[in-house]
Amino acid sequence: MMQEAKILSAKFAIKNSNKLTVAKKHGAYQTLDKLFSSKQGDVIEIVKNSGLRGRGGAGFPTGMKWSFLPKGLDKPVYLAVNADESEPGTFKDRYILAQDPHLLIEGIIIACYAINSHDAYIYIRGEYTTQRTILQNAIDEACKAGLIGEKVGKQNYRINITIHRGAGAYICGEETALLESIEGKKGQPRSKPPFPAVEGLYACPTIINNVQSIASLPWIIQNGAMAYKRYGIESATGTHLFGISGHVEKPGVYELPFGLPLLDVINEMAGGVWKGRKLKGVIPGGSSCPVLTPEEAATATLDYASMAEHKTMFGSGGIVVLDETVSMPELAVNLTQFYHHESCGQCTPCREGLGWMEKILKKIVAGEATMRDLNLVRELCDNIEGKTVCVLAAACTMPIRALLDKYRDEFEALLKPEPTDAVTEASAEQE
Amino acid sequence: MSDRSKLIATGKPFKFDKKRDTEFEQLVKRYPSRESMVLPALWLVQEQESWVCQEAIGYIADRIGTFASKVYEVATFYSMFNLHPVGKYHICVCRTLSCWLRGKQDIVNYFRDELNLTPGKATEDKKFSLEEVECLGHCGSAPVLQINGEFYENMDVDKVKKLLATFK
Repeated sequence: MMQEAKILSAKFAIKNSNKLTVAKKHGAYQTLDKLFSSKQGDVIEIVKNSGLRGRGGAGFPTGMKWSFLPKGLDKPVYLAVNADESEPGTFKDRYILAQDPHLLIEGIIIACYAINSHDAYIYIRGEYTTQRTILQNAIDEACKAGLIGEKVGKQNYRINITIHRGAGAYICGEETALLESIEGKKGQPRSKPPFPAVEGLYACPTIINNVQSIASLPWIIQNGAMAYKRYGIESATGTHLFGISGHVEKPGVYELPFGLPLLDVINEMAGGVWKGRKLKGVIPGGSSCPVLTPEEAATATLDYASMAEHKTMFGSGGIVVLDETVSMPELAVNLTQFYHHESCGQCTPCREGLGWMEKILKKIVAGEATMRDLNLVRELCDNIEGKTVCVLAAACTMPIRALLDKYRDEFEALLKPEPTDAVTEASAEQE
Repeated sequence: MSDRSKLIATGKPFKFDKKRDTEFEQLVKRYPSRESMVLPALWLVQEQESWVCQEAIGYIADRIGTFASKVYEVATFYSMFNLHPVGKYHICVCRTLSCWLRGKQDIVNYFRDELNLTPGKATEDKKFSLEEVECLGHCGSAPVLQINGEFYENMDVDKVKKLLATFK
């Protein structure tokens, strides 16, 4: 029987675990003495050795990201914590924010100390209203207790944590758009280089880490890199909060080590496909990850390498299960509408192209499209990708391409015959 | 997407109340640049008035020391800022992926059929306004509504009926 791990979710089931007294009773802030008696470089080494990879979706090694900070610069270093969780199918960070905010704060203290930063900004999506209130209360409590503030630990280290509230823009989860937003601007991604580690917030070196990455730090510091590596597999160490949603009996967040078989997790943890229906597909890591057919899902495991082998991505671990009743063309419309709406408008291929994809896909669903339209939307996927400042456009074209290729019959069934004049036109072109 | 380019003037000057004024002055100390206050200030306006009028845009610009066009640009970019008055109960229905898979359309249809309320509109008495929004991050308890900031999870038409009856 599959067992949940309890590294991040240890306090989730405890009543009032977001209160300082309760959190402390259950082990919060116990790493601080150890932390402030360690050298900053040693903390980075522990995180590097733990194999911790960014939990926001890209999976970049956290310790390595930290080591990109330039040395000896006479500028402040900023930490930005990405709590903008907005990718459809992703709802894991919310649990940390609301159930164990002190774990996040403890992680921020560790990260700040390691990268020599004194100012952390938590960028939380605007919709997370109750979560923001809980988090702010926790920050105030920690401040009063002297855990953060002007003089922290035996080194009198200064750490200020400020919550910066987004306002409904998915793109602000992209790290440079997030920085723009904190600076008071529209959330439009920056061209890179320079990378944020060199020139980020207010043109100063900045590290941007996901909530779950930061919340993994206290356990790693407390128990060591080797202990963390005992969870998961070689290329993906530790645990992850998997959010399982869609057509399952028991949707929810489950903390599991990396590397488990995808279907076993869906069946054993989330109770399998609901209403005794058949599986039609699985979106493995949030809406931007290409869908897996039941046959592909049967051989996939929950880690970066296996998902890459299956030509999809691990993403944020947001698993969305699709039962046999789902119309794939309608799903394609739903997703394209999302990405078109969330395009920041900076790059033409994304701003205009996703709009055209949405229009054509809607035309297909309405039964008004022909084979030319279907071929055109498929061609658009290839033409939009890789021609924009950030990957928002690709986050749309990748899953749509997979739907078009893997479930093409379903799209074709909705087409009407080519009008005769168009056929003549096409054959005239060929001649 | 609804037109977010037009601002509505109330004809009355805007000013933070005492509570928001204090909050503004506390928050501004947390940033090395005053321009970072654009989003927090817009939120303070919306908390105070439930929407952002044209006068508030100018007021924020003056308080921060920036151009009104900069505040305007930000206010129109971020979809959560209401640029027109909303109902007493502003209902946001998540329209994306998991909520769609688990029946959000039934709820949207209910609003249309029973309350003559469609996305982007308000009821005649201004009690309710409706918006279809993108993923609210509550996919595990889909479909989900957010009303005046409060989340309502695992919803269906029956639950929505009962919930609306509690709103006076």
